[in-house]
Amino acid sequence: MAAPFDLKNDDVVVIIGSGAGGGTLGNELAQKGIDVVILEAGGRYEYDDFINDEWDSFAQLAWKDMRTTSGDWRVAKDFPNLPAWIVKAVGGTTTHWAGASLRLQEHEFKTLTTYGKIEGANLLDWPITLADLEPYYAKAEDKMGVTRTNDIPGLPGNNNFKVLKAGADKFGYKECHTGRMAINSQPRDDRNSCQQTGFCFQGCKWGAKWSTLYTEIPKGEATGHLEVRPNSMVIKINHDATGKVTGVVYADKDGKLQEQKARIVAVAGNSIESPRLLLNSESSKYPHGLANSSGQVGRNYMRHTTGSVYAIFDKPVHMYRGTTMAGIVRDEARNDPSRGFVGGYELETLALGLPFMAAFLNPGGWGRSFTTALDHYDHMAGLWIVGEDMPRAENRVTLHASEKDPHGMPVANVHFDDHPNDTAMRDHAYRQGAAIYDAVGATRVFPTPPYPSTHNLGTNRMSENPEHGVVNKHGQTHDIKNLFVSDGSQFTTGGAENPTLTIVTLAIRQADYIAKQMAAKTI
Amino acid sequence: MVTIHEGRPGLSRRELLKRGSIGALLVIAGNAVISPENAWGLETAALKPETMATLIQMARDIYPHDQLADKFYAVAVKSHDEQAGKDAKHKELIEAGIADLDKRAGTGGYRGLGWEEERVAVLKAIETTPFFQAVRGGLVVGLYNQKEIWPVFGYEGESYSKGGYVSRGFDDIEWL
Repeated sequence: MAAPFDLKNDDVVVIIGSGAGGGTLGNELAQKGIDVVILEAGGRYEYDDFINDEWDSFAQLAWKDMRTTSGDWRVAKDFPNLPAWIVKAVGGTTTHWAGASLRLQEHEFKTLTTYGKIEGANLLDWPITLADLEPYYAKAEDKMGVTRTNDIPGLPGNNNFKVLKAGADKFGYKECHTGRMAINSQPRDDRNSCQQTGFCFQGCKWGAKWSTLYTEIPKGEATGHLEVRPNSMVIKINHDATGKVTGVVYADKDGKLQEQKARIVAVAGNSIESPRLLLNSESSKYPHGLANSSGQVGRNYMRHTTGSVYAIFDKPVHMYRGTTMAGIVRDEARNDPSRGFVGGYELETLALGLPFMAAFLNPGGWGRSFTTALDHYDHMAGLWIVGEDMPRAENRVTLHASEKDPHGMPVANVHFDDHPNDTAMRDHAYRQGAAIYDAVGATRVFPTPPYPSTHNLGTNRMSENPEHGVVNKHGQTHDIKNLFVSDGSQFTTGGAENPTLTIVTLAIRQADYIAKQMAAKTI
Repeated sequence: MVTIHEGRPGLSRRELLKRGSIGALLVIAGNAVISPENAWGLETAALKPETMATLIQMARDIYPHDQLADKFYAVAVKSHDEQAGKDAKHKELIEAGIADLDKRAGTGGYRGLGWEEERVAVLKAIETTPFFQAVRGGLVVGLYNQKEIWPVFGYEGESYSKGGYVSRGFDDIEWL
């Protein structure tokens, strides 16, 4: 039967979310002839609809539904109702992401073994290794057209990259280049090459940056086996007396509740919404929420140790021109505890337009110290810190006790306390970032605090032992055979690398597993 | 720096000039704040025009950019008048906040303090109040999202319609 599918069709795989995890899984399954319904909370905007304007684009794409925050992280103070800067639209956060596509390092799959027990951290080895993922990483890189893989040339460096490169070279760093980016440096896969427009975060109007919106989703739809239903906010996952999931309840575009039956349900709503949905699906059989016999659903929330360094020079830079994430320094990505922390971090160029620079350079800041920085906006260069943060049991997503969304579903609270290792790493990265810019004559540098989280990870983590996590090495929940998790919430630990490539890799691998299990009739 | 001239309603530019006023100045006339020199005026509906004039000065003191004319600050705080018209609580927040500023500033009020440092000292004392945070928070978007000011800071804005920067200087840095 070809898409669209009937609400009562209980042969379909229902995927919740259409981003890197859900969009990829949907297409991979559809290519294998499996019928899929993707329920996406947001609307569908094609790349012609994207807007080269920071606030207007934010209004169009961002997940702005109310959330609350707690903990000592600075985001809770600066953006108490916006813990994460992610997307509510078809394509999910692959519309907004910068495109950096790095494989996790071997040791990052074995953090408990490599780093040892660390007080206040809930470290755990992944149940899979880099070797397990390598063939799938290769497929993901080819699918996404990652530069510096598959003989695809690197992107040309823009002004912001050139400042970083000159500083990194002078400072003595060895590995600085224009990155491994899922942005076409030449036309590929019927998509344009990068025109250096400078609005990667606002959705690429050229389609040069990989997004499930105009790759996986239309390819899946072309098979007749994939239906994407936008403006469909899933409230609850239903199950039968045996405990198997049977379908999902969602609010449709008119706010009317519908139930879509399902043979399998895969949750891919990003690391805040996915645990929120599992927790909200509590029942007399599962009083603590679905797939939560371990008590780990929502715990170990990670968001990468981040921050930015912006610097002013006595001559113009125009950092906003061209690819937003235009280059990388990888020298600090290794694990070298002699620096005073375990794990490592990447330094990647980043630029904001004037409106967002005003909002994010030093939230809450005012007066001449603040405004003289903006006065030299066109003389600024900038980079972003992405480092491995420590999973902590108490850093978690929970359901708010009283605040509810318009559908009556409790909003998510995101609690995060920086671990001392995170703070030590961030301080180190601020110093190294400043040193890079000082090496080429910066007159003033700004250690800029973290933005709302773009890398949300870990809240349904993978574990060998069902007591330690929520899903097994295929993203299948330990408790319920036909319930899967397909987004970054599966990550056992975060690594130092931007997570999208690994999310796509896991989704390709998971699709193979689901297809095999379906064929064997085990699910 | 905003010099406010408290004129009577209908005060003409000619009359102002006769009084020997020079340079930038804002005039309160009726229910409006007017800049005769720069040919713009801002009519208030809910807030007192004096309150609006002080808000404009306060906005400049929070985010001082000497290269920006007063009108951009006026546009940036205008929404408080609109909100005050719809929400009595907001009106009270702003009117009481400004009255408090004037009281703290002593004789002559907030706008009577000649040096930015003196006004900033008053603002420092209230920076954690809901009033200050409402004004500052509103300015982040209200001021910096005005497209007219972007060129002043060297930000070029939308670029897709011009084909991006691939042929327009994305890598034109020469001083490294």
